[in-house]
Amino acid sequence: MTTTAYRDTAVPHGTIDAPDDYLHVTHTLRSWLLTTDHKRIGILYLIAITGFFIIGAIAAGLVRLALVVPDGSIFTNDTYNKLFTIHGVVMVWFFLIPSIPATFGNFLLPIMIGTKDLAFPRLNLLSWYIFMSGALFAMAAVVAGGIDTGWTFYAPFSTTYSNGYVILALVGVIVVGFSSILTGLNFVVTVHTMRAPGMTWFRMPIFVWTIYATSLIFLLATPVITIALILLVMERAFQIGIFDPALGGDPVLFEHLFWFYSHPAVYIMVLPGMGVISEIVPAFSQKRIFGYKFIAYATIALATITFFVWGHHMFVNGQSEYASMSFSFLSFAVAVPSAVKVYNWTATIHKGDLRLDTPMLYAMGYIGLFVLGGLTGLFLATLAIDEHVHDTYYVVAHFHYIMVGGTMLAFLGGLHYWWPKFTGRMYNEAWGRVSALLLFVGFNVTFFPQFLLGYLGMPRRYHVYPPEFQLLNILSSAGATILAVGYIFPMVYLLWSLWFGKRAPDNPWDAKGLEWMTTSPPPLHNFKTPPVVDFEPYDYALKVPERD
Amino acid sequence: MNGIGNPLDIWPAAASASAVESDMLILAFTAVILLLTVPIFLAITYFAFRYRQGVAADRTHSEARSNLIELSWMIIPFVLTLFFFFWGARMFDAHRHAPPGAMQIDAIGRQWMWKFQYPGGQSEINDLHVPIGQPVVLRMISQDVIHALYIPALRIQMDVLPGRYTDMWFKADKPGSYHLFCSEYCGTDHSVMGGTLTIMAPADYQDWLSHAGSDTTLGAAGEVLFSSYGCAGCHKGDSTVRAPSLVGLYGKPVPLEAGGTVEADDQFIRDKILTPDKTRIAGYKQVMPSFKGIIAEDDLLRLIAYIKASGQKTGRADDHHSLP
Repeated sequence: MTTTAYRDTAVPHGTIDAPDDYLHVTHTLRSWLLTTDHKRIGILYLIAITGFFIIGAIAAGLVRLALVVPDGSIFTNDTYNKLFTIHGVVMVWFFLIPSIPATFGNFLLPIMIGTKDLAFPRLNLLSWYIFMSGALFAMAAVVAGGIDTGWTFYAPFSTTYSNGYVILALVGVIVVGFSSILTGLNFVVTVHTMRAPGMTWFRMPIFVWTIYATSLIFLLATPVITIALILLVMERAFQIGIFDPALGGDPVLFEHLFWFYSHPAVYIMVLPGMGVISEIVPAFSQKRIFGYKFIAYATIALATITFFVWGHHMFVNGQSEYASMSFSFLSFAVAVPSAVKVYNWTATIHKGDLRLDTPMLYAMGYIGLFVLGGLTGLFLATLAIDEHVHDTYYVVAHFHYIMVGGTMLAFLGGLHYWWPKFTGRMYNEAWGRVSALLLFVGFNVTFFPQFLLGYLGMPRRYHVYPPEFQLLNILSSAGATILAVGYIFPMVYLLWSLWFGKRAPDNPWDAKGLEWMTTSPPPLHNFKTPPVVDFEPYDYALKVPERD
Repeated sequence: MNGIGNPLDIWPAAASASAVESDMLILAFTAVILLLTVPIFLAITYFAFRYRQGVAADRTHSEARSNLIELSWMIIPFVLTLFFFFWGARMFDAHRHAPPGAMQIDAIGRQWMWKFQYPGGQSEINDLHVPIGQPVVLRMISQDVIHALYIPALRIQMDVLPGRYTDMWFKADKPGSYHLFCSEYCGTDHSVMGGTLTIMAPADYQDWLSHAGSDTTLGAAGEVLFSSYGCAGCHKGDSTVRAPSLVGLYGKPVPLEAGGTVEADDQFIRDKILTPDKTRIAGYKQVMPSFKGIIAEDDLLRLIAYIKASGQKTGRADDHHSLP
């Protein structure tokens, strides 16, 4: 089988002005805004979430600025509360959740399984418009004066006591949920029905497995948050007593509903990142992924167990002691499939032919930070430890190791890995490596001190804090400035590469997988000839030991 | 001595045996975790140099996949960590059950202050005083949104919910002043909703109590309220309205109209006062009016203290008021 079979041989290698590549078939704004091409929709998402990331990051920067002094003298308490709420809401629902699935998933899923588009291309465009409408509501809430509920919207604070534009923000999140559900539905149907001839389940790249598992979570968990948030709106707008005890409701009920979605949502953010790493590691080790089936099953296992651990967010809210013990035990079980992934990536690197290019640097950073984030999760799952560090900076550090150290590094790693495929251009490798290093260092300087702060007893969402915590807070804020530089660099050199970057060959990394067998960027329908799959995933050359 | 830290501390003060055990737990767990992860980090770093492209190395590997190695790295770390699950769960279980005879202090949270009520009738805002060596159980409730009372030096916290009592108990053993925080986000001044826990030697504590200014115990204050809110009008023995006597009620099973019984604990008494329609008592017509919005949480706790003391042969050691 030749790798050129699926590309148009009439188009020279590395030509992006080819008439039929997806970027150049049409040029008008209208052709982008009304496109049903999964690749263009992926790019639309990429542009949108980059914008939201910048908003969320500015809010985070202001939070870190406020915490340089312990007495809260830079902003008012209300302003600070609005800043961390904006940071949380925007980063969770408008960046992290759509990040990898809606951008890379949209762009790559059909190509990776050898088809020309998703099952429902028009529904896919609708998902993007629903996403943008939801974002419009949330941004309207911010512009109108902000909200101060925290991203968790706990009742009865959110329903009765908050003075912010809660309903507007809630409507935004509710609407965005429908976008998630439709995207998940589209991906599930596509994986089931659109795989190319020969593309059996166990020939799918791990990235496809993770996007598939994520889509199942989208479908099963998102409706619960939709319902819970609608009930919040009802209570706030019409005083229907559901959560506020003063109206006859139960505030703990909201916590259950919220975390029944929001814990699986963590895996919406984590699983696709694992998928990206599972593509990068074999490509830059030039070696078959170790334990393919175990990684695939571990993906499904994580997507399943994640539905049974929500109570570990509620150990100290008066929930039944035995419920807490069960949730604690099940949370320990999450470590098993997570460990499977980490050990298998490590084993993949062993005896590989390693190139430490930018995507691989991100991947290795990811493994380190994900391990630290995951294992501090085990501490939090330990009941007696959680009694101390619950709702402190320890938790803040833990989930930033997962969300930023994990998902964000995977996102940037994937962005660099597939950038030549998305755009047909190469970015500057030296800048890429420097940025990856800056991000890794900046991230650790920002968030490691927060583990110490948390164990020392600094509660989260604190604008004013005891002066003895100032030193570690300043360190954390200093780290955030390094982190900011690490984010700004890629934005600049990646944009720069669009016009001035070297033209990308079809397969710059000598990687395996159908996306590397078509042109960079791919043609409108992904492949010149529809592919037939007669090879295993990650079929890098085996270096079999010689027998005596 | 002072338990409030200084900028160079990287470990918080521990003011109870349980806090010390929490520290042991996390340190031991950290050691095991390091044992499991440091080899991975070292391996990745070593491989990154050893197998870099262009470096001569033996890269031969077979296609055979070992299920044994997969199973071993699934099971061995899991079993090792389970030890810490049990340890943490055992401590958690102990933290849920206050020993009998624990001194009860009421804690009422509201935006953005704490109120503590002592059995002797004393009350404080944002400050909590306790003696060493004496188990103390905090019975907590919120007047508005969810709060949480967090005492880092004791390594414990518990949510403080509106409409529902939660408990947190501890036995402090190191005199000093320590932070107490609200750890559940509750609005504008969440970050200043805190105060100081002062742990004192028993003699100092008695001295402090006697100067904290109260001539009536909590139960006696409750007795006054029992009359002033009009409870006594029906619930005293000589009443013309047929209402149950509350003497000796506390802790007893109460038969319900719908069948079954419910224990007359703090929560039951509170709910019965605020929403009497919700639980109908067998044998009595439901005529009691709701006191929702009339009796505040601190007075409810005083009334409960009174009902609890009434009919008890021996009240709490610190509860010396007269019985009805």
